[in-house]
Amino acid sequence: MLIGHQPKEFLLAVEALTVSFDGFKAVNDLSFYVEENEIRVIIGPNGAGKTTVLDLICGKTKATSGSIQFRGKELTKLKENEIVQAGVGRKFQTPSIYDDLTVFENLEISYPKGRSVYGALTFKRDAAVRARVEEVAEMIFLKDRLDTGADLLSHGQKQWLEIGMLLIQDPELLMLDEPVAGMSVSERVKTAELLNRIIKDRSVLVIEHDMKFVEDIAHKVTVLNQGQILSEGTMDKVKNDPKVIEVYLGH
Amino acid sequence: MTDNRFVNKSELIGILLLAALLVVILPLFLDVFRLNLVAKYLTYAFVALGLVICWGYGGILSLGQGVFFGLGGYCMAMFLKLEASSVENTKIQSTPGIPDFMDWNQITALPMFWKPFHSLTFTVIAIVLVPGLFALIIGAAMFKRRVGGTYFAIITQAVAAILTILIVGQQGYTGGINGMTDLRTLKGWDIRPDHAKIVLYFFEVGCLFVCIFIAQFIRHSKLGRILVAMRDKEDRVRFSGYSVANFKIFAFCVSAVFAAIGGAMFALNVGFMSPSFVGIVPSIEMVIYTAVGGRLSILGAIYGTLLVNFAKTSLSESFPELWLFGLGGLFIAVVLAFPNGLAGIWGDYIAPQIARLFNSGNSKPGGWAGKPVADSTPAE
Ligand SMILES: Nc1ncnc2c1ncn2[C@@H]1O[C@H](COP(=O)(O)OP(=O)(O)OP(=O)(O)O)[C@@H](O)[C@H]1O
Ligand SMILES: [Mg+2]
Repeated sequence: MLIGHQPKEFLLAVEALTVSFDGFKAVNDLSFYVEENEIRVIIGPNGAGKTTVLDLICGKTKATSGSIQFRGKELTKLKENEIVQAGVGRKFQTPSIYDDLTVFENLEISYPKGRSVYGALTFKRDAAVRARVEEVAEMIFLKDRLDTGADLLSHGQKQWLEIGMLLIQDPELLMLDEPVAGMSVSERVKTAELLNRIIKDRSVLVIEHDMKFVEDIAHKVTVLNQGQILSEGTMDKVKNDPKVIEVYLGH
Repeated sequence: MTDNRFVNKSELIGILLLAALLVVILPLFLDVFRLNLVAKYLTYAFVALGLVICWGYGGILSLGQGVFFGLGGYCMAMFLKLEASSVENTKIQSTPGIPDFMDWNQITALPMFWKPFHSLTFTVIAIVLVPGLFALIIGAAMFKRRVGGTYFAIITQAVAAILTILIVGQQGYTGGINGMTDLRTLKGWDIRPDHAKIVLYFFEVGCLFVCIFIAQFIRHSKLGRILVAMRDKEDRVRFSGYSVANFKIFAFCVSAVFAAIGGAMFALNVGFMSPSFVGIVPSIEMVIYTAVGGRLSILGAIYGTLLVNFAKTSLSESFPELWLFGLGGLFIAVVLAFPNGLAGIWGDYIAPQIARLFNSGNSKPGGWAGKPVADSTPAE
């Protein structure tokens, strides 16, 4: 039976992905693969196309060509909400939360039930929902802020809230765009601890500039430059790659 | 804010005060003529209520609510007109048994689409379904393609203009610019005498409260919070797994159905329906009522409608040519200075004062509960 090479089952397979904005190829013939339970970090200089890659995966931007397979499903053909329902969660670079709602309500909206119009009308805030919201709020250090309007949170707390909103969705693939950017040192430490706890049992795709943070969590690192892969592998390998040193780490 | 009941305490007080005003105080102190004016104003309150859901919560500004008001109103008026056009009543016409304006336009048989309006049941269903489906079609066409904001508002204006032109142009089928007048009876019951006007007023107030409760239910459901979330960060809602288009379509349809019920009430209470309630100007006026009352406040929108209309009636009697400027100025003033309208003024300034006076602890702003500042005509 086991003759020859058995193709490996990837959670996410990005192949020949290209997007062009008026002729400018922000992502150019990009291919990479993410395994189950893998933590992949994408690094690269500003404008390398990192955020655009996440935009393509979560459906915010439509690919010009190429394919994105998630658990065998072609994501490029799905709508944003269908991609979420397939199990992909996304945190944005700038905290994207609902300012007019409380922390509780922010988390509750992300709870993966009652997502149709009818479901939302008849959604009941039952004990299970409350318990889950409180559990997540505890994890993101906001347990005693549940009734606070989200607009009153600090920048770091907003980032945590958005991470919490993703957690409550319980995605199989979690995509985080610069989760510690703009945070104070103590917030960074707490966030690293938080991320280390939540990345269990799922695959994670993180964009980050903070090298110490990257070394802490990455299984594998992909270095992007001008929409293409410059280098890929373990942190050690990437760190010592002369091309990487030249365009990214050198300065 | 985190409770999940569909009315909280301060809202309940507000609703009871409104009920006291509409059910007891106004009928006691106003003569039938004035009460019928209030009935007319309240027909617009249905529209304002729909705009609170669609525009206030959902952030979808429709400048074409007159379309739905008109569709509801015309459905009702068609039924009433048919009843008023019995063979007996119309025997002097060259074709008896059809509405007078058809006869004037040399139409000799009742058009197909008029026939079902002999049935009151059909009419009632049509009042809800025709505008509801029309909103569904417009909404699906726009929101699925992600047409938003300003473009949507402009398109709703265009629809209002087109429908007006259609109604005016197709005189033989619609009564043209004069509309459908001389409506007389509802299932044989004369709607014109004073006692009928009083009954119809109370019926309308009853319907209004049903709509208020529906709006409250929506507002306090998760759907209400999704609308607010969507107004703020549409993309985030998408990436929380919701189809934004479907929620927008829903909000727009609800607002259309509310407007249509208002239109039907107009035909009943005022006794006619005409294209002058369908077009661009009335549609914009309805938005102004909502803005003045407070677009985030279910009750505020109703008070806003009443106040602006009282002001309109008294001012346009004395200075008819100034009224439109006054209305425009009022709108600008409200939007610039008090974006949450009267409800915002109440919640931010008056309610805290009262709370302090009675020392009754925390009356938090949010749900606007209370009656309008009595006899204060809006600034301008
Ligand atoms: N919607 C768009 N239209 C046109 N150009 C775009 C669009 N989105 C991104 N770009 C361009 O694509 C390039 C890649 O942008 P991207 O945001 O992916 O970079 P990044 O790697 O995330 O950078 P940073 O580290 O600064 O966040 C940039 O030059 C950007 O200007
Ligand atoms: Mg970026």
